[in-house]
Amino acid sequence: MARPSAIWGDGLRGGGVLRLSGAWTADHAAELESALATAMKSLQAGAEDAHFRIDCAGLLSLDTVGAWLIHRARLTLGEKGEVTLVGLKRDQTHLIAEVAQAEIPPEGPPRPTGAYPLLVDIGEAVVNAGKDVSNGVTFFGSVMAALARLALGRAKLRPAAVVTQLERVAMRGVPIIVLISFLVGAIIAQQSIFQLQRFGQPHLVADLVGVLVLRELAVLLTAIMVAGRSGSAFTAELGSMKMREEVDALQTMGLDPVEVLVLPRIIALLIGLPLLTFVSSMAAMAGAALVADIYGGISFEIFFARIQNIIGMNTFMVGMYKAPFMALVIGLIACIEGFAVRGSAESLGSHTTASVVKSIFVVIVVDGLFAMFFASIRY
Amino acid sequence: MASENASHIGHGVQSEIVISVENLAVGFGERLVIDGLALDVHRGEILGVVGASGTGKSVLLRTIIGLVAKKRGTVQVFGHDMDRLNAQRRRLIERRWGILFQHGALFSSLTVKQNIQFPMREYLDLSPRLLDEMAMLKLQLVGLKPEAANRMPSELSGGMIKRAALARALALDPEIVFLDEPTSGLDPIGAGDFDELIATLRNTLGLTVFMVTHDLDSLAGICDRIAALGDGRVLSQGPLEQLKAEPHPWLQAYFNGPRARASHVHSKPA
Ligand SMILES: Nc1ncnc2c1ncn2[C@@H]1O[C@H](COP(=O)(O)OP(=O)(O)OP(=O)(O)O)[C@@H](O)[C@H]1O
Ligand SMILES: [Mg+2]
Repeated sequence: MARPSAIWGDGLRGGGVLRLSGAWTADHAAELESALATAMKSLQAGAEDAHFRIDCAGLLSLDTVGAWLIHRARLTLGEKGEVTLVGLKRDQTHLIAEVAQAEIPPEGPPRPTGAYPLLVDIGEAVVNAGKDVSNGVTFFGSVMAALARLALGRAKLRPAAVVTQLERVAMRGVPIIVLISFLVGAIIAQQSIFQLQRFGQPHLVADLVGVLVLRELAVLLTAIMVAGRSGSAFTAELGSMKMREEVDALQTMGLDPVEVLVLPRIIALLIGLPLLTFVSSMAAMAGAALVADIYGGISFEIFFARIQNIIGMNTFMVGMYKAPFMALVIGLIACIEGFAVRGSAESLGSHTTASVVKSIFVVIVVDGLFAMFFASIRY
Repeated sequence: MASENASHIGHGVQSEIVISVENLAVGFGERLVIDGLALDVHRGEILGVVGASGTGKSVLLRTIIGLVAKKRGTVQVFGHDMDRLNAQRRRLIERRWGILFQHGALFSSLTVKQNIQFPMREYLDLSPRLLDEMAMLKLQLVGLKPEAANRMPSELSGGMIKRAALARALALDPEIVFLDEPTSGLDPIGAGDFDELIATLRNTLGLTVFMVTHDLDSLAGICDRIAALGDGRVLSQGPLEQLKAEPHPWLQAYFNGPRARASHVHSKPA
């Protein structure tokens, strides 16, 4: 491919000739721009009321980039005098004419720099956090209203949807939750035994693991796992439905998206999370018992006898009471984030991330509040 | 390059074949959607591909550009068998075509302008100023207002999405553009403008256009040749007048039905 060039010559009553040759195409854009810039500078220097000629006879090929550059050169030279374009083939003339119709608006003002955008960002973040809370409350209200309608028999329960969601939330979550709970139970038992041996009381591991797992760990592990597994899935599903106007379609059929999409998911979580918490407790205890037996030399009989004697039903129930609240928090956050998705794929991604991060954060905060509450009522 | 050849051709017949499809079969699972299809596309022509819904027009287009795997047959583009090319040579070919997908397929997290600039940034070495100017130029070439440049795809109307997607397809000054139903969803005036635009681009840039369409006015107005798909193959191909004369019942119904009579198909001088 012939290299493009722009050669200038003087003459013509304080004007000049710009001779273009070679391939004026996008592939050579960088060369073209610099060659043209040099040529233009010399041509324009000191010119006043001049006559310029742009000679295109040497052009081998021309595409929109080349055509635009020629048009731009013509405009720039036009400020200093008269310009004629010669030597164009018919199609090239058409192309330049087509390109010349475009109006390129001048560049906008430069973006502000320094502390200003930072302050803007901080302000926006604060306002958004406020909006988050108010959205959350509004949404919570509409979910509660829908639940109330359901209880009063004025809304339809969609059993098929609930069961489908329950399968996805609970059933399919069992293996991974059993696995991590078992491992965490085992690790805690091992560490406890190691420390307790120094006091000569390794059998206390049963008390320690029992309280820790049943009160706190099982429900926390489960909630975090569910937030990651199901919360993110809910957000992504609702978000992409929102993006493709599926939610609008539901609405126009006279259906309430909260009732159709949100309720089955939240109900499934309300049922599924306590079940998973129970499964998690059992798996963690099993892991602990196994390690106690192998590593601590505490037989299963002794381990479970201690658990029976020391751990009351209330300890077990503390964990179970918390589970539905965790479920509600995760479900609400996931659905709010899902409905907040706007048109773009990026927005879907950021809301899914936000859903998981916020759920986990709120789950831990809620757990802390419960700890204070149960401590103060000495339960 | 496109424009070198472009300067020698007008509306007339050209012998250079840029796309050649032979004995093509494509299917999903057991079912063959396309079976034994052969089709040639010549440089500088506008080929209209028609067929009932679900006959595999979009599948044919996607097979040619390599998005759908074929069961048998060959696809040659610019004389290269697409199966025999290594990844790098393929990319060189892919850079020479632009595609307007049926639903636009704009990148949803980029503005219209960024969408158009995306392929330019990847393949060309343009200064920031020229990059901006070219994006605005392409935008207006396809009939969008400069204000649309900074909107997100989700804020555009259906017709604007089509136009923005065409602008992106044209970003690299391709030699071939594949258009999947470019005028569906446009108002008749908009559709007419769009047709005119495609014809202008063909004449000025020397484009070869592979256009799937249901729009009888486009077929009559700008297509040099029409290929009608049915039963997994090309039922008939040729200029409009020839297809109108075909005895095949679907073609008869399509080109001589009430809608065809209402459109320009019948008012066009032969
Ligand atoms: N990914 C896929 N998996 C299975 N079947 C498919 C797939 N894509 C297309 N098909 C089938 O292939 C056939 C042809 O589809 P195609 O989209 O090409 O139709 P079309 O001719 O473009 O129709 P329209 O005019 O409605 O766009 C249809 O029957 C469709 O169901
Ligand atoms: Mg299609």
